[in-house]
Formats: sequence, C-alpha cells, structure tokens
Amino acid sequence: MINANTTFRGYRRENGRVGIRNHVIILPVDDLSNAACEAVAHNIKGVMAIPHPYGRLQFGADLDLHFRTLIGAGSNPNVAAVVVIGIEEGWTKKIVDAIATTGKPVTGFGIEMHGDHDTIMRACKVAKEYVQWASELRQEDAPISDLWVSTKCGESDTTSGCGSNPTVGSAFDKLEPLGVTMCFGETTEITGGENIVADRCATPEVREQFMKMFNRYQEIIERHKTSDLSDSQPTKGNIAGGLTTIEEKALGNIQKIGKKCPVVGVLDKAETPTRPGLWFMDSSSAAAEMVTLCAASGYVVHFFPTGQGNVVGNPIVPVIKLCANPRTVRTMSEHIDYDCSGLLQRQKNLEQTGDELIEVMLRTCNGRLTAAEALGHRQFVMTRLYESA
Amino acid sequence: MIHILVHDKKDTVGVAVIEGIKAGQDLTGWVMEDDSTITVKALTEVPIGHKVATTAIKKGDTIIKYGFDIGKAVSDIKQGEHAHVHNIKTKRW
Repeated sequence: MINANTTFRGYRRENGRVGIRNHVIILPVDDLSNAACEAVAHNIKGVMAIPHPYGRLQFGADLDLHFRTLIGAGSNPNVAAVVVIGIEEGWTKKIVDAIATTGKPVTGFGIEMHGDHDTIMRACKVAKEYVQWASELRQEDAPISDLWVSTKCGESDTTSGCGSNPTVGSAFDKLEPLGVTMCFGETTEITGGENIVADRCATPEVREQFMKMFNRYQEIIERHKTSDLSDSQPTKGNIAGGLTTIEEKALGNIQKIGKKCPVVGVLDKAETPTRPGLWFMDSSSAAAEMVTLCAASGYVVHFFPTGQGNVVGNPIVPVIKLCANPRTVRTMSEHIDYDCSGLLQRQKNLEQTGDELIEVMLRTCNGRLTAAEALGHRQFVMTRLYESA
Repeated sequence: MIHILVHDKKDTVGVAVIEGIKAGQDLTGWVMEDDSTITVKALTEVPIGHKVATTAIKKGDTIIKYGFDIGKAVSDIKQGEHAHVHNIKTKRW
C-alpha cells in the first residue's frame, strides 16, 4: 500500500524535477539530421538517437508544436543531457536555448558549412563527455509527489473496459491524493463519454476548455471524414476484439480516470502541466503520438492498458503494459508487464489490481526495464497539424 | 466459472470473458454493479471479448453497456445472440 511517505529512486535534475531514467539523447531538429545523430549514437556507447521524419518547412501552429515536442523531449527529467543536431544553426539554437533553461547540459550543432563528417566528430566528443558525466549521477529517494504519470490505452478490446483501464483508474484514484501529477487524453476516443469527463472537471472554466477542445476535434472529423470513422474508430483490432462502436470504446477508455480524480486542467499538445492532479491533454488517440506528447509534456512513466496487444514503447518514457485479456497475456506475454486478467473471473478486485499496478510502477521507477524497453520499442512519433509550406 | 461479464444492471449486452463459447451453451454472467449473477443460453458462438445480448433487442433500440448508450441495433437481436458490428452501429459521426 502506498501513502504520502512512499518514495521512489529517481534522478533529481537541475530544475528540481525527478526522472526515473538517465538518458543522454542525440536529438535531430529535422529529418535531414537523422543520419548524423544515428552516427553519433553508433560511435558513443550508452547514448540514444531519436530519429523522426519532420522539421522542414513547417509553419505557424504546426511549427510551434514541432518545437514544443522537441524541446519538451529534451527537457524531460528522464534525460540527463542532450546533443542537438540540425541542418542549420538557427532552429538548432532555438531548441538548445530552450532546453538549457532546465539547467541540464545541452549543445547544438548545425550541419551546413561543415558536412556530416565534421559535425559527427564534434558531436561525438561532446556526447562522450556527457555520457561519462551522466554515468556518475546517482538515484536518490524522492517522494511519490515528485512523480508524473501519464496514461493512454491501445489496441483496446472489451476486456480493456472491464479490466485494464479501470485498474489504471484505481491506481490514479490512489495516486491523486498523494500529489502525483497525471494525465490522460485521446480526444476522439472520449466521444460518447464526453459528458462524464465534463462532469469531472474541477471548475466551470476547465469544463468549458475541455468541451472547446472536444468540439474542435469533432469538427476536424466532420470536415475530413469520408463516410463515418467506422474503419478507424474503432480500429480493425478493436473490432476483432469485440468493440463495436466509438461510444462503447470511449466508455471503456475513460475508466482510466478512475471514480474520483477531478480533472484539474486542460493541456494543449505537449504543454507542461503547472500543478499536481489529473490533466486532460488534447491529443491524437494513436498510441505512439500520444505517448510522445506525454514525454514532451514532462511525464516520466506511462500506464498503457491493452486488450488485443499493442506493442508500443517510447525512447524517453518507460511504457508499462497491462492487460486483462487472458488470450493476449498467453499469446503476447513478452509485451505484458502486468497481467490483470484475474479481474474477469472475479479472482481479484480493482483495489488489488490498482495496488499491484502501482507496485509494478515503483519497480519500474527504481530501474526495472519495461517489456517495451527490453524489446527495444522506441517509437518517437510527432503529431503534425497540417501540410508543410 | 464466469462466462460473461455485465457492467451495469441496466445493460442489454454482456462481454464473453472466456474463449470458445459455443451455441447452446448455458452462460453464467457476473453483474459487476451489484455482484449478482444472471444466466443466458448462447444462441451462437461468441469469441472472447465479444458481446452477447442478455435480453431481446428490437431493431432501432438503444444498446446499453456501462449503463450508457453505446449505439443502436440495426436489426433485431435475440437474447443469447452475438451482438457486434453486424447488428449494432454508432449513433455518432
């Protein structure tokens, strides 16, 4: 049982935030810089490149989100130090300067006027210093209130709504009174349960903001849909798992927010929460996009309930998979960190599974690798808002 | 052995929580809301995770799960019949 005195082993960063991993990352500003970043990560052991396909000719809100995602990823307390590489120095410096406000070591390199070879050599020298420095950092005991936990479910089926999602809800109901900072999102997958979330909002202002974001997403769907979303929401995997309609999926989805936690605020994509409690983040329901946004918002550990067996991971944030479908637990056991299928046979109740999930979370915080980490799942997927210029 | 799980007493469908439910099988259902038990005879095969109608449902009726509206029946559904995309559609989008 956790209480206000519960601690976890974490890395306290220069800005006071606490991380549970100690990564040195090589972060490309744009698609063109992936090769140099991967070359650095190949040469210097113990650092990690985070390649992605975007960053050229984006503009307006879409470019703002691009910067917010990269700056947030670099600023995440699971990251000890950052090397940033971009095709040119302007946007590279913008990202370096923003990450530097956290106080952590960060250096940027522009490829133009140098080429890949010279850039890789210079970046390797810095990356080597960083990784050796980071390897001497030590975890310390941190209060549970220093923890930031996000959630998003994937390849859901009806067992998600019966078992794995309410298990997350039970854990959130236990973590919320202890001052933990939490978040959920998946704006389209609230469809059918939006009034339940609205009623959970702490103030009329939060409720209004939530409904504004919800309605905005509905308008996007109305504008772009061809017939209905029956081929995407629910997904083919959801339907194979027995989920029939978006309303059914949504009602199962929002079991993740438990029975008690008020929604204290609403975040734009990759925006950082400003106080403890449960936040709603406007976000895609695609697994890797949503988890990447959580990483960029500063969350350090993620609960990922699945039914049919989503295998997603993230380079920065450990993704803890839980599953209540006994067939998935049997056929995809290497992906599942916590089996809560006993709920479906009344062998366990949500009190127990909530406690057990928190236990798995604390072990993960203290250093145990998740299944996704051990299997090398590092899906860093940036959300795009519209076409490039 | 629990064969199907029902969230709320008002629900008109339950979820198969074991593999291999066959036509003609007597199903024991656990109603989570009040911890009560119901029985339904399966009319068709129901894969794990899929829904079975726990009551007779008429075309056009609202389907209730979690105590809430999850869509509408697009054909009549007999008690004990597999209830899914072939006989239920969303009311949204």
